[in-house]
Amino acid sequence: MPAVNPAPGHPELASGPAPAQTPAPAGDPRPASDPSSASSPAPAGRKIVLEPEEIRRALTRIAHEILERTDGGAGVVLLGIPTRGVPLARRLAERIEQVEGRPIPHGSLDITMYRDDLRLRPARALGRTEVPAGGIDGGIVVLVDDVLYSGRTVRAALDALNDLGRPRAVQLAVLIDRGHRELPVRPDYVGKNLPTSKQEVVRVMLAEVDGEDAVLLGRADSGGRE
Amino acid sequence: MSGTWLIRGVRPLGGEPTSIVVRDGLIDSIGAATKPAGAQVIEADGLIALPGLVDLHTHLREPGREDAETVETGTQAAALGGFTAVHAMANTDPVADTAGVVEQIWRLGRQAGHCDVHPVGAVTLGLGGARLAELGAMADSAARVRVFSDDGRCVSDAVLMRRALEYVKAFGGVIAQHAQEPRLTDGAQLNEGEMSARLGLTGWPAVAEEAIIARDCLLAAHVGSALHVCHVSTAGSVEIIRWAKGKGWRVTAEVTPHHLLLTDSLAASYDPVFKVNPPLRTAADVTALREGLADGTIDCVATDHAPHPVEDKETEWDTAAFGMTGLETALRVVQQAMVDTGLLDWAGVADRMSRRPAVIGRLAGAGGELAPGQPASLTLYDPAVRDTVNPATHASRSRNSPFTGMDLPGRVVATFLRGTPTVLDGKIA
Amino acid sequence: MNRHLISAGDLTRDDALLILDTADELAQISDRPIKKLPTLRGRTVVNLFFEDSTRTRISFEAAAKRLSADVINFSAKGSSVAKGESLKDTALTLEAMGADAVIVRHSASGAPQRLAGWVRGTVVNAGDGSHEHPTQALLDSFTIRRHFGRSASSRAAGAGAGDGALDGLRVTIVGDVLHSRVARSNVLLLHTLGAEVTLVAPPTLLPVAVGSWPCSVSYDFDAALPKSDVVMMLRVQQERMNAAYFPSVREYSRRYGLDAARMAQLPDQAIVMHPGPMNRGVEIAAEVADSARSTIVEQVANGVSVRMAVLYLLLGGAEGDS
Repeated sequence: MPAVNPAPGHPELASGPAPAQTPAPAGDPRPASDPSSASSPAPAGRKIVLEPEEIRRALTRIAHEILERTDGGAGVVLLGIPTRGVPLARRLAERIEQVEGRPIPHGSLDITMYRDDLRLRPARALGRTEVPAGGIDGGIVVLVDDVLYSGRTVRAALDALNDLGRPRAVQLAVLIDRGHRELPVRPDYVGKNLPTSKQEVVRVMLAEVDGEDAVLLGRADSGGRE
Repeated sequence: MSGTWLIRGVRPLGGEPTSIVVRDGLIDSIGAATKPAGAQVIEADGLIALPGLVDLHTHLREPGREDAETVETGTQAAALGGFTAVHAMANTDPVADTAGVVEQIWRLGRQAGHCDVHPVGAVTLGLGGARLAELGAMADSAARVRVFSDDGRCVSDAVLMRRALEYVKAFGGVIAQHAQEPRLTDGAQLNEGEMSARLGLTGWPAVAEEAIIARDCLLAAHVGSALHVCHVSTAGSVEIIRWAKGKGWRVTAEVTPHHLLLTDSLAASYDPVFKVNPPLRTAADVTALREGLADGTIDCVATDHAPHPVEDKETEWDTAAFGMTGLETALRVVQQAMVDTGLLDWAGVADRMSRRPAVIGRLAGAGGELAPGQPASLTLYDPAVRDTVNPATHASRSRNSPFTGMDLPGRVVATFLRGTPTVLDGKIA
Repeated sequence: MNRHLISAGDLTRDDALLILDTADELAQISDRPIKKLPTLRGRTVVNLFFEDSTRTRISFEAAAKRLSADVINFSAKGSSVAKGESLKDTALTLEAMGADAVIVRHSASGAPQRLAGWVRGTVVNAGDGSHEHPTQALLDSFTIRRHFGRSASSRAAGAGAGDGALDGLRVTIVGDVLHSRVARSNVLLLHTLGAEVTLVAPPTLLPVAVGSWPCSVSYDFDAALPKSDVVMMLRVQQERMNAAYFPSVREYSRRYGLDAARMAQLPDQAIVMHPGPMNRGVEIAAEVADSARSTIVEQVANGVSVRMAVLYLLLGGAEGDS
């Protein structure tokens, strides 16, 4: 896994292959991108670990991987976990449709009511749940989220799916896997493995939600989203 | 028991500091004095001396509701509030509608000894509003009743009210009316207005009080009798009384301390400590009542001290009892509402809380001036302190004070009843 | 949001929209085979109904159970309360049982407020005397906005901009306003959500101070009809006739009842609502109640979703104010 600690004063980080440590869990190691191709400078205290181009390519790769591993996408239903999992699921659906020439069902699955940490904060507003018309029974549900961290969100999603129906299989696609699992959850498709320390914060920005595409890494007190 | 007392440095009616000597139950002298032999001294620097306060309207609850108050505890509360005489309303159980019951209450008062108790006689038998009680017998009894009231209920039948007004002329009595048209206030809970509409509580319209007062003033004038209006609570009532007095009719009126300070917006919490009859009204009413007391349209302050046990007040609003305690906070509230706002000076307080109530109650030997030769019934009051009202410290058996937790000025330091201290240093003597 | 829901007047516009948007999401549960969410598992919700009301109680019970809460039903009939136990003692018993939330309906205005002073849990007012019935107002607003394309799903599907409030909609509430907690809550909430409210009633059934309320008042039902997007009929009790609020049921019905002829005067898109239970033939004709414009049945279904949202938002997070 790429495990380069950014030196201070270097806002752009090479997200290239690691000095060989643990192998990437899924997909091939990506070629190093040119750090100078950043579209906008990172805010102070945070650096860009994934440029818009790299995000694009990662999603294209994941879309192809999904098609490979599901025999051409038969029975696949993409469900994005709000907030940013939803546009990611939509982008994957678009790419798959481009390749296969037929639409793939996609929607959203809000997991707020199934969280295991509800009592720690005031009641949260719910995100939208839109299950495609065909439902999920017997299908292959691919959960889509932006960042995989402790694994609790995915656990909640599995519980939610359980109450919605009985898929044949459930797979997980994430843009970023930042490690530090607290539950036995593993992703099937990963955009980028990003080793982090627990003091760091990973912030995924997507054009549909934030106006631009980028993945940022910063310290916990530099105002990043957790 | 009387003894000799030197009250040094006191300000009678808020005037210049001087000394008062009390001897053998009378005021011996007012002026610079050396300490008489054997006299006990009260250093009264900064204190105000008022003639002993007279309450025209108190509920002592005995006989019948001793769980709420007894003559003993109620008169202790009165003395601690600076009162030397109270009129005990007749809505006891049994009702005070016979010579026997009023004499019993009168005797209990004498035994307790904390202040004079003047029982009020019911106007109608059992407060039923149908037949006159034996007003003459009560007047002739040892209690020498002169004030008659069905308080708690209104004498709403016009003919009966006329007869009562006429009848008491024979012995110089006065009918004190609790003005509340019963049909207009069926199930009423709170002043009818914005608050009652918002809170979903049945309204008690001002007109139900004003219409009765207007009728009774006209009746009293017609038959040439005296009318006293209990607990005036609305601006309209003040105007009607002002008009009646302007005609030279013999109408007197009282206002409670809580109606001089509190409004119906307090009901928003639905805490029944604010539930009272007549209800708290609006700020405009409070202003009119203060002005009416200041210009004498309203003759006096009367507490309508209405103690209730906890279980009658710690319920939902609808089922709670009506009434607030008031003896121990009355003077402080009047200071807050009238003196500290510049509407009344201490001489005015003496007039409204001692002299005039004594006149209306036809009491001999009370409400006299602070002058040599007069009975030494007086109260010493410190207007300069402030503290938070805490009913747990009150002598009254009941805790339903709407001023709980409020910061009020003043403290009664001592009360003398005909030369004998009933309260010293703020405690029962 | 506050810890309690006692008055619709306590809700800001954002609070109300949060409840309605949450209810939109939770409404989907009724279409699923498994109508359950684990969110309030382990919480205890007590239905404290001093007044009979099967419909409202069942609605709250369903809402709590769909969120996996434990429900305890307490009705006053035949209980210790009927034997004279005070409201306070009942409250202390609930405390001892560890109730996380108490849903209370009582005939005395202000009872939920008093209760809130005696229990540590959350108090939800299910109707107190003539004072308020906030969840009824919420489900009424929920129903209205669904009909006029302002629910969360409509907006997500691009039906129009706006935050899902009721701005510009004209709601006419007809009936015994003086004694109606539904009217009070609705006037407050509809105003908060931007609707224009008109109250129609005979003068005897309007509070003296109604002029200070955020709504218009009219004695003329027929004049108000063509200008109404929503007509909300309130139940009128026939006993009021004996207290001279109106001379006869017949006259009331003639002047203030919604019959087919009046319904025909409504604009095409207008809907007819009623909180129930109805006096068919008095304030509302049977054919109106059963017509396509009537939302009376769906109001009941919407009640469960709205009450689920309220319970979730009050109990689903950390205790204390958010």
